[in-house]
Amino acid sequence: MTGGSSLWFLSRGTGVLSLVLLTLVIVLGALTRGGRPLPGLPRFAVAGLHRNLSLLSVAFLAVHISTAVIDPYVTLRWVDAVVPFTGSYKPLWVGLGALSLDLMAAMVATSLVRKRIGRRLWQVVHLAVFAAWPVALLHAFTLGPDVTRGYQLWLAVGCAVVSGAALAWRWLADPTQVWAPRARALTAVPEAAQDNQTKAEVFS
Amino acid sequence: MTASLVLQERLLAADIGSGRFRDLGVHVGLHGPLPTTGASTLITQVQASGLTGRGGAAFPMARKLTAVAAGAAPVVVANGAEGEPASSKDRILLSYAPHLVLDGLQLACRATGASVAYVYVHEGPLVAQMQALVTVRASTGVDAVPVTVASAPARFLSGQDSAVVARLNGGPALPTAVPPPVYLRGVGRRPTLVQNVETLAHLALLARHGASWFRSQGTDSEPGTMLCTVGGAVGAPGVLEVPIGLVLGEVIERAGAPAAGVGALLVGGYHGAWLPPGGALDLPLSVEGLRPLGATPGAGVVIALPAGACGLVETARAVSYLAEQSARQCGPCLNGLPAMAQTLSRLAGRDRSRGLEERLAALTATVERRGACHHPDGTVRLVRSALRVFAGEVAAHRGGVCTATDLRPVLPVPTSRVGA
Amino acid sequence: MMSLSVAVDWIACDGRGLCAELFPERIGMDEWGYPVIDRDPLSADLVPHARRAVAACPKLALRLQAGRHP
Repeated sequence: MTGGSSLWFLSRGTGVLSLVLLTLVIVLGALTRGGRPLPGLPRFAVAGLHRNLSLLSVAFLAVHISTAVIDPYVTLRWVDAVVPFTGSYKPLWVGLGALSLDLMAAMVATSLVRKRIGRRLWQVVHLAVFAAWPVALLHAFTLGPDVTRGYQLWLAVGCAVVSGAALAWRWLADPTQVWAPRARALTAVPEAAQDNQTKAEVFS
Repeated sequence: MTASLVLQERLLAADIGSGRFRDLGVHVGLHGPLPTTGASTLITQVQASGLTGRGGAAFPMARKLTAVAAGAAPVVVANGAEGEPASSKDRILLSYAPHLVLDGLQLACRATGASVAYVYVHEGPLVAQMQALVTVRASTGVDAVPVTVASAPARFLSGQDSAVVARLNGGPALPTAVPPPVYLRGVGRRPTLVQNVETLAHLALLARHGASWFRSQGTDSEPGTMLCTVGGAVGAPGVLEVPIGLVLGEVIERAGAPAAGVGALLVGGYHGAWLPPGGALDLPLSVEGLRPLGATPGAGVVIALPAGACGLVETARAVSYLAEQSARQCGPCLNGLPAMAQTLSRLAGRDRSRGLEERLAALTATVERRGACHHPDGTVRLVRSALRVFAGEVAAHRGGVCTATDLRPVLPVPTSRVGA
Repeated sequence: MMSLSVAVDWIACDGRGLCAELFPERIGMDEWGYPVIDRDPLSADLVPHARRAVAACPKLALRLQAGRHP
């Protein structure tokens, strides 16, 4: 029984860790899209951090899922991790996790082969974050047993608020205004002195 | 090789201005029927004739034909967009001698093996006119290849190669990023020949009369005649046909004796260059003849500035127009051209602030060759030639003085239209 | 041995500036944030930096091409 509960703690722990990491990934993603450097971090580092943390999150998610499946305490099959809503243990809430995992897997996979698939396809898939993240949050709030009290509640709420704000900012901000140099440097074009139509039709 | 001084008109032969030659029968009566020359013979003829593009780039047509013919299922486009406001030659040709263009289009299709053809025409009444003519030719069986008439927006860049292709592919008439070039992948992802309508008209006559006939006018290295649009301080502004290599003074005279004194000349349109008054009149209107002064004939625009006008004010007007006509796809152009226009306008307005010339020079260096098309480069050429030729005016303006006596606008600059 | 140089798709480029951060040896920035590219062929030791800059561009506007960019 100790082995079982260790796996369960590991699963929940890595779940919380993934929640925090992915919140950071989302904030960094919004900042990457914003195109500005951070104090001490040039733009390429913001983008690089976003990328590396997302890969780290994948690793922690892998542990979160594996330990949950292996743990005999709940009846989860491997397939329930990727095919949503078909399991026997809390199919709806577990399924939300599977759904968000599928979407995240697509985002990560397309990002790794970005150069080969072109920007448009990559961008469309990456927009899936607006679906994947609320779904993941719902999974976390419904399945995290201690999430109704104490620090875990505040942690989860904090992550939701911060990531939600980042996503909302990204949704609402006009992308072309975020990096100032381009649009604002447009100086007004002076009016041509006078319209002058001198196109004649005379032949010599 | 001295250019023939006795012009035998070719494209503008007979009483073109009457409009009779819009009738297919009249056209055939003068020029004969569409030649049945085979593809490879056609290309050989074009090669021997030395015909180059009349759209501004003067690229050898034979090379273009060969490149496109090498591809699978090519497309040919007769480019009559004429986005240059100071040029009227394509419009006149399509209006008064359209069958020469349409004949040339069929011949180009045969030479490249194309079974799809377009006529891309400046928006307006010409579109319907061309459609009617294409229908007549199709119904009488003259055109082996069906021709689609498409309309070009009235924007400066509408006639640019990749913009033409973009438009025909269903998008806006804006340049696209090279690679691959349109002769490899263009309309419908097929190899596309984009040829100016005047070039095709020359082809129509060349196929009937042969390469030697074609070379009997013009220079050895630049044979044939060209259409030019002459405007400004001339008695009878309009479209003329001249042998390539004719000196500019003669070109000006053929457009009517100069109305007032002639000042500087703008040659090649708004992506062309200014030439200094006096000496320029002895220069031949040819690529080789104008090269030493950093100019080219371009699409044949020649504008004579009246001696009393201010070249800086006129250039500022043109550059403002060019800035407004940017496709706004590339940062250096989108930002740099308006900045250039504003600085030049201040200079033209006798603003005495320091550093205007330096700022202008820095901007030209910054935007040059940094963009998907040559709009910035052409604008830079115009600005630099103005600073060279009107150096005296620049000095005067720095001191707050303009020596011009006549500030009536000369260069045709359409008012900007929103959402074009 | 093919020589490589860096080239920009000007329409895709948005002046984000990651390339100039990662490859200052050959990529500068104009006053509006757009890359000013030195188009000379790259020496072997610069190629990895160039590749990194190419991979980092958020708009995929930078590329390595054979020969000197025209």
